[in-house]
Amino acid sequence: MDVLVHDDDEIRSVRQRKSGLPLYVTRLKVYPRAVRGRWRTVKWAALACMLAIYYLVPWLRWNRGPGAPSQAILLDLDGRRGWIFDIVIWPQEVYFVTGFLILGAVGLFLATSLFGRVWCGFACPQTVWTDLFMLVERLIEGDRNERMRLDKARMSATKLMRKSAKHAAWLIMAAATGGAWVFYYVDAPSSFVKIFRGEASLEVYSCIGLLTATTYVLAGWAREQVCTYMCPWPRFQAAMFDEQTLIVTYQKWRGELRGKHKAGDSWEGRGDCVDCRLCVAVCPTGIDIRDGQQIECIGCGLCVDACTHTMDKVGRPHGLIRWDTLARQEAREARAPLPAWRAARPRTLLYGLLVSIVAAVMLIAFALRSDTELTVQRDRSPNFVRLSNGDIRNSYVVKILNKSQDARRFRFVTRGLPEAILGTVGDDTEITVHPNAVGMFRVFLTVPGASAPIGSTPITWSVEDDLGRERATHVSIFVGPGR
Amino acid sequence: MPTKTEKDTLSGTDTTGHEWDGIKELNTPLPTWWVYTFWATILFAIVYCVLYPAVPSLSGHTDGILGYSNRAALAWELDAQAKERSKFVGRIQAASLADIRKDPELFNFSVTGGRSAFQTNCMQCHGAGGAGNPGFPNLADDDWLWGGTIDQIHQTITYGVRNANEKSRQSLMPRFGADGILTAAQLSAVTDYVLSLSRRGAHTVEGAKVFRENCVACHQAGGTGNQELGAPNLADGIWLYGGDRNSIYRSVFAAHAGSMPAWGERLDAATIKMLTIYVHSLGGGK
Repeated sequence: MDVLVHDDDEIRSVRQRKSGLPLYVTRLKVYPRAVRGRWRTVKWAALACMLAIYYLVPWLRWNRGPGAPSQAILLDLDGRRGWIFDIVIWPQEVYFVTGFLILGAVGLFLATSLFGRVWCGFACPQTVWTDLFMLVERLIEGDRNERMRLDKARMSATKLMRKSAKHAAWLIMAAATGGAWVFYYVDAPSSFVKIFRGEASLEVYSCIGLLTATTYVLAGWAREQVCTYMCPWPRFQAAMFDEQTLIVTYQKWRGELRGKHKAGDSWEGRGDCVDCRLCVAVCPTGIDIRDGQQIECIGCGLCVDACTHTMDKVGRPHGLIRWDTLARQEAREARAPLPAWRAARPRTLLYGLLVSIVAAVMLIAFALRSDTELTVQRDRSPNFVRLSNGDIRNSYVVKILNKSQDARRFRFVTRGLPEAILGTVGDDTEITVHPNAVGMFRVFLTVPGASAPIGSTPITWSVEDDLGRERATHVSIFVGPGR
Repeated sequence: MPTKTEKDTLSGTDTTGHEWDGIKELNTPLPTWWVYTFWATILFAIVYCVLYPAVPSLSGHTDGILGYSNRAALAWELDAQAKERSKFVGRIQAASLADIRKDPELFNFSVTGGRSAFQTNCMQCHGAGGAGNPGFPNLADDDWLWGGTIDQIHQTITYGVRNANEKSRQSLMPRFGADGILTAAQLSAVTDYVLSLSRRGAHTVEGAKVFRENCVACHQAGGTGNQELGAPNLADGIWLYGGDRNSIYRSVFAAHAGSMPAWGERLDAATIKMLTIYVHSLGGGK
């Protein structure tokens, strides 16, 4: 096995032996170089898309009528409702969020088994924001070599200015990120004004502060350390790869033996890799893809673009580093005919099936949602009340959840006790529940003493609307004297 | 202390200079982060002692520059809570009981506030939910000693029953047996008569005579009771001290005089209104 050791590693290990044993490996700062190419364009497109969605969605408006918020997507924590276009989610229905998360996870498994680490390389918020912060850094401090020089130089007015400008820009972007997050939970236009006037609540400012801090630290300072050390995703991504997964591959059989190449030299007896180290220079995590698959490789494909650029310059075919599957790589190496890429295989079909099942379950649960719910709580102290004429009475607290956007009128109906007489506190014959609210009523069920059950007997409560349609039911009991 | 500190060759750390049977100990320096944290805690302690109450003396303590006190903080929080509640409590204080019943918002607040006050003050005698206990009336049924309208309930709660308050409800049942007002035979006869009023005993002429002469004044003809005097209805199925023959006999013999505190002396007007609304809503109020 030929594992190439970095020159830096060799120098570092000698230094370690001389000075004593350090407790951990010092972080080597990564200075990614700018690159142009197809995958860079895809990455920019993905970044623009994600950021646009993230920043713009809270500002979408949706008219729901007078009493309800006008923001299309709003997670109202105070009012305990989730508003997503026409859908209102009550706290009891938070399991829809669970379903979404499961769907997201299995969907990610599917995408990874097909296309490799596309989440890590293109879609993950850590990647998107680090990319954005690196762009700003590049615009202010310059490209790779300039930045390395600046870091090595002594503090001067220019250096101070550049560094301050960069960190200021980063803080502003981080604050904008934190602010945008908050707008998913409070109404965007009104809160925007309040935040700048100092009138927003403590929770809002704390949230913005926290997210500013985390964005600034994670995207500005920690960067690839998050991917390498903090995130669990890289650790089990490999479990989702198989020989049909598209991954960023250095074609070792073509590139070795590597070495410098002068114009006019022959390409016989040597590999196509001219050791320009551009693939290392552009890598956001600072690894060498020529070492093979490694956990730090986030699969962004920038090294593909860099190598393509170099291959163009030396007049060799593209694809020394490319997206390819292990099966096809083995075929290429053996100069055998290339197998077609099998997207449909047991693994992907299973993931696809899981996604479908979860989505179907959620859709069905969603379609079967009723917009009226009923809960009945029987008073247990006292268990029953004996009235002066001998009647036995039980009292209940009945709550009607009206999840629709209109006020509704209801009637109570009980089944199981033929002689029971219903009465409500306040003698309300008209039970009206406001839209998107819970109506609480105290209801009495009275039975003549002679026909009162001994002990408890099951009954059913239900509410009917104006047209006599049963909207919701709840099972309860009636208790009479005796055992 | 040795004159020259020995350095361990392998790790580069000093030794402590002590040796036990050839075994030496490395004097590894404390981690820098640990030392800084330690200094920070000392600094924190000094700053804390200056800012907050910290140092006890024989009969007191230092107050601290910030003047913080737990009691003051609690008082502030109670104040803030009272202010929060004052939105409703103010309206309840101003409104009449009938108005409160009509306004659903105030009604709900009163029922909830009344329930809370009930659990604190009333349930010890009247039971949770007003179920009552032997000798303490059931507030959930529709039988009332002193009246079940909302104003009557309000009066009972405010001034109580048979206590030192001059406006409290007062009445006294004679002890027909213990004070020798009636003979044993008369006691027995009237007990049977009372049972007959609720259709559980025989109606005798002697019993009716004793009842007419002694009991009707308060309990009215037919034993229907008098809410002005707190004389119970003897003809229904609800008995405060027991409805079996022995209990009724004992009630006639030794009488009972239950007592209830005048809550107006202990609770504020708004709470009493809320209690009234709550008790009335338990299901028995008229």
